[in-house]
Amino acid sequence: MTVNTLKRIDLIFHEDCECRQVLEKTFSKSNDDIINDVLESGLKGRGGAGFPTGLKWKFTAEQPADERFVICNADEGEPGTFKDREILFKVPSKVFSGMAVCAKVIGAKKGYIYLRGEYRYLLPELQKALDTFHRDIKDLIDFEIFIQMGSGAYICGEESALFESMEGKRGEPRNKPPYPTVAGFKNKPTVINNVETLVYAFMICKHGPLRFKEMGTSDSRGSKVFSVSGDTPIAGIYELELGMSLEHFVEEFGDGDTKAVQVGGAAGFCVPRKKFKETIIGFEGVPTGGSMKVFNSSRSMYNVLHNYLEFFEEESCGQCTPCRVGCQQLMKGVEAVKKGEKKAVYLEQLLKLSDTMKMASKCGLGQSVANSFSSIVNNFREEMIY
Amino acid sequence: MPEVQELVKSLADKYGRKRENLLHILQGIVKEERYLSDVALSEVARELDLSAAQVYGTATFYTFLDTEPRGKYVIRVCRTISCDMKGKNQIIQAIEDSLKIKLGETTQNNKFTLLETNCMGWCHEGPAMLINDQAYTKLTVDKAIEIITDYAKNK
Repeated sequence: MTVNTLKRIDLIFHEDCECRQVLEKTFSKSNDDIINDVLESGLKGRGGAGFPTGLKWKFTAEQPADERFVICNADEGEPGTFKDREILFKVPSKVFSGMAVCAKVIGAKKGYIYLRGEYRYLLPELQKALDTFHRDIKDLIDFEIFIQMGSGAYICGEESALFESMEGKRGEPRNKPPYPTVAGFKNKPTVINNVETLVYAFMICKHGPLRFKEMGTSDSRGSKVFSVSGDTPIAGIYELELGMSLEHFVEEFGDGDTKAVQVGGAAGFCVPRKKFKETIIGFEGVPTGGSMKVFNSSRSMYNVLHNYLEFFEEESCGQCTPCRVGCQQLMKGVEAVKKGEKKAVYLEQLLKLSDTMKMASKCGLGQSVANSFSSIVNNFREEMIY
Repeated sequence: MPEVQELVKSLADKYGRKRENLLHILQGIVKEERYLSDVALSEVARELDLSAAQVYGTATFYTFLDTEPRGKYVIRVCRTISCDMKGKNQIIQAIEDSLKIKLGETTQNNKFTLLETNCMGWCHEGPAMLINDQAYTKLTVDKAIEIITDYAKNK
């Protein structure tokens, strides 16, 4: 009998803690000690890319500059991801507190929350909570948070595109390096973290690094908030320990007829039934920013892929050729194969094109189109043709 | 168009006249006017001392910064996969029939515009739509029509 790897955790949404008390305790430590706690916990970015949060903070703090910023990335646009909305709605003060801890460590006086335009209805309550927070911590730290609204652009969740957008420009990603820790918002050293990452950083300050580190696996420490949707009787938001097998996930969330799970949204990977057992959800297996879409056998994977390609084709910023033209050609290509205008072997050329996009695109958007494209085409080839 | 001029000026006074204030100002105009007219865009360019091309280029990058006239209520139905699987096409069809417009069009009385939008973060409660800033979820054909009728009558 195998041990069930699926474990529900209640850390993030658990009773709204006394943020001020935790901040007082945290601020009594040295900046190095705080960074070491975050490093020790093993926390990696929860937006999807998984860069160690402690290192990000450390690099930014060490970069000589007259001004530094902390930015909370709330441009949650990945299809199938909706956990940041819930976090901002339910426990906003933990997000602000995480930002305040980061601000102290890196020496930032100003922080920003970049909130996607689709979530504007959250703004009044969020601003109210923010005003209360500012009043509560006024005497603790010289730090102010501003909320900036997006206007409907998926690409602005890419960190450098987000900076461009905040500077009043088109949200087109920048060349890297320099990385945000060196030159971010207004070309100043900037920590940009996902909403969930900031909350976990704060929870680590509250409970100590050990509580977090003892969960998960050596590559994927801690727990994570998952957004579960699709063909599941219990769609919703769940905090789960990292490192579970997809098989156990499907046992819990599937409808008994699950044929595939899209892990990580349109930019993620499609895992077919035969690979559920061997697939680990975490940085050593298939990583996710939280999006878990369940498909049962009534679904056409061609329609799923086509929907994703339509999404990418529209959301590509158009700046670099591999992504701009690649997204269009992949979509035209699968349509032509489906209609029989092209032979099935044409799929090989399309797979090659997606590989080129992975290598040659400027940012994560174009680089990750191949993830869903190749995993769906390779695993459900017959559905692409017939 | 003195009205637009005044609006742009008041927004620039409120947010500032630097490049980094551009999005705030454009968002402010869309809130009042529902879209960015050519006159409004050139007025912003003049007020912020930017080229009209820079302002237009920025505006057209963002889906929610419309540069075509829109109705008082902009309906955006989510088209991404979860809402698609839950039947967003029937919802769109029902709204089209009810308002007698096609996707992308505005009603004759300028009250409603019907659009699709990419994932708006309600995948677990789809199909979902936004009417201006307000989100409506777990839609059925009946529920969608009820909401639209309420807007048509009472707002």
